[in-house]
Amino acid sequence: MSILSNLTDRRVWAKYLKSLKYATYCMFHPFDGFWDLTHEKRGSMAAAHTIVIAVLITRLLSLEHTSFLFSNVYWPEVNILQQCLSVLLPLVIFVLGNWGMTTLFEGKGTLANVYMATCYALAPFVILQLPMIVLSNWITMDEASFYTVLNTVSLVWAGGLIVCAMMQIHDYGLGKTLLFILISLFAMAVIVFLMLLFFTLVGDGVGYFTSIYKEITFRLY
Amino acid sequence: MKNAILRLSALLLAVLLLAGIPQAYAADGYNDAYTYTYDFWEDMRSSPDAYRPRMVITGADMGLTVDMKNPQSLFVRGSDVYIVDTGNNRILQVRLEGESCTLVREISSFTGDTAPLTLNAPEDVYVAEDGTLYIADTGNNRVVRLDKDLNWVVSFIKPTDPTYDQSKSFMPSKLVADVSGRVFCLATNINMGVMKYEANGVFTGFIGAAPVKYTALDIIWRMISTKEQRAQQASLVATEYDNIAIDANGFFYVVTQTFDENELMSGSAEPLRRLNSLGSNILIENGTFPPVGDVQWAAGNLNITRSGPSLFVDVTVLDNDVYIALDEKHNRLFGYDKQGNMLWAFGGVGYAAGYFNKPAAIEHMGYDLLVLDSIGCSLTVMTPTEYGTLIYQAIEEYNNGMYTESANTWHEVLTRNGNYDLAYIGIGRAELQSGNYAEACEYFKMARDGDNYSEAFRYYRSELVEENIGWIFAVVAVILVGPMVVGRIRKIKWEVDNA
Repeated sequence: MSILSNLTDRRVWAKYLKSLKYATYCMFHPFDGFWDLTHEKRGSMAAAHTIVIAVLITRLLSLEHTSFLFSNVYWPEVNILQQCLSVLLPLVIFVLGNWGMTTLFEGKGTLANVYMATCYALAPFVILQLPMIVLSNWITMDEASFYTVLNTVSLVWAGGLIVCAMMQIHDYGLGKTLLFILISLFAMAVIVFLMLLFFTLVGDGVGYFTSIYKEITFRLY
Repeated sequence: MKNAILRLSALLLAVLLLAGIPQAYAADGYNDAYTYTYDFWEDMRSSPDAYRPRMVITGADMGLTVDMKNPQSLFVRGSDVYIVDTGNNRILQVRLEGESCTLVREISSFTGDTAPLTLNAPEDVYVAEDGTLYIADTGNNRVVRLDKDLNWVVSFIKPTDPTYDQSKSFMPSKLVADVSGRVFCLATNINMGVMKYEANGVFTGFIGAAPVKYTALDIIWRMISTKEQRAQQASLVATEYDNIAIDANGFFYVVTQTFDENELMSGSAEPLRRLNSLGSNILIENGTFPPVGDVQWAAGNLNITRSGPSLFVDVTVLDNDVYIALDEKHNRLFGYDKQGNMLWAFGGVGYAAGYFNKPAAIEHMGYDLLVLDSIGCSLTVMTPTEYGTLIYQAIEEYNNGMYTESANTWHEVLTRNGNYDLAYIGIGRAELQSGNYAEACEYFKMARDGDNYSEAFRYYRSELVEENIGWIFAVVAVILVGPMVVGRIRKIKWEVDNA
């Protein structure tokens, strides 16, 4: 009921749009922006989710519509779910790993804060990559450097914003932030390893019981 | 007799094909492709046959009393085919006219003031326009030049020049000669390039030595290794050429089987080269893949029966600059145009007509291809099909500047093989020449030819901009002026509201 009333409430929408627009402020004023994002509650989870969805849509659109000069997609092997997971899984694992590590070392950010800040930091990726899809169809090989430079800028900008975001969320210095981003990467590796281990073990367990079942059915008939 | 055998084998082949269809096409639609091309994704695409075997000539068909034994090389001059029958120490001159083949003469000895006057395990022959014969008499360590009546003229022997390693015996294996009678020869175990002799038999040096490739790692290793270790490292030597052919313009095409498999696809291995007189490789490699033969060579991949990259053993250059390389690993033929685009590939291991046991040499007679099988001891004559002829026609028309005709021929090719990227590029180039930039873009896009597409698109774009310049200015003006107007109105409204 409350969701429905929220959907029709103009003030809720206005707040959401304002928090989404705040992503552009974060892009150009990263230190101020990411401090106020959580501490002044100027960001919202809804806007964060929106940015992630926008990243996914950007990826899929660029897969389909980027000129063949810059991206050659072998469609028989494209799996949309896989494309989405290739963004979502690293994001989720990074957020978990970062939160897990920083919580142990005086990081001020909560899990929600880390997620929201990371998502807001991805804004330049969307804002640059979307026009780049159009641009790619209007340039030739000679002008390819424009495309590659923009591509690099979008990634470096997003990366830089993640660093700034982590500094402000956890109230760390630059050195400590960089160190903890490295540690987060290590934590991500551990999480991936544990997941693989878990799924292999589950697979083996299931295999054990299915083989018992098969054996019994063979004996009975 | 020959016709009966051919008919019988054709019937057998048909029966086998019919019987084999369900299994053969069950796993993969392309498994039984005799002729194929590679698409942009390095996938094999079966194509209509560009060539079909017209006849297979054996010793019996030529009326030989002693069958051929390990024939190594082939040469065509006019309608005469010279088969180097290495195992029998002779050269067979066979005249091919239509479906008939007649033995003209067996060359095993000659007259003149030299010794010996017989051939010993000859490995190659070159025949000049006037009938002069150049024979690589390998077993006798010499190259002999004979006039057309088999009178000895001059011998080309082991050079005394210091550039030639005197510890190595002179085993000439492949040779060509130019119009002025100079001989260019490759010798076994000599890796310094092509040996060049003047017409009078004087050795004048090596040309076209393959450059030695150093990698950074090689240099570091050599820096830290001792003198003794360095002496044992034999890896940094130039590659040895395995065969040589000369084209109509006097450039050499050479093949080598000494290369690093991992460098093939990057184009730095260069198993097939076109040499200028300085020895630089001037082969144009504008194709999707460098001209290295098969692009897929991993075991168990599609219809690959033997794993490993193609190993070229011979090459021949048609008059329209199309060159055809013969691969002795998978027993296939690969045709390339002068831009380095693969036109087709076909062949295979086997005994049926069109398949080979151990192909040793390839030559062309007009558009016909002649392939010599050294174990099967047979000569296969292959003729282009309608499809193959259309491809040649389109290439020739384009080379002669007849772009529209060329595009029409490429359209014909497309109706027979819709997977033929080169046809899309060919049509695109013709459209580009005629100023139809949008169409050119479409065709280049279909073949994923980025360079040509960029060129066509540049024209197309400026055309679009010129046509719509008014709209573009209008949109830009609205974008620039619009916010200013809106801001002014808001300001006035605010002033009115707060007045």
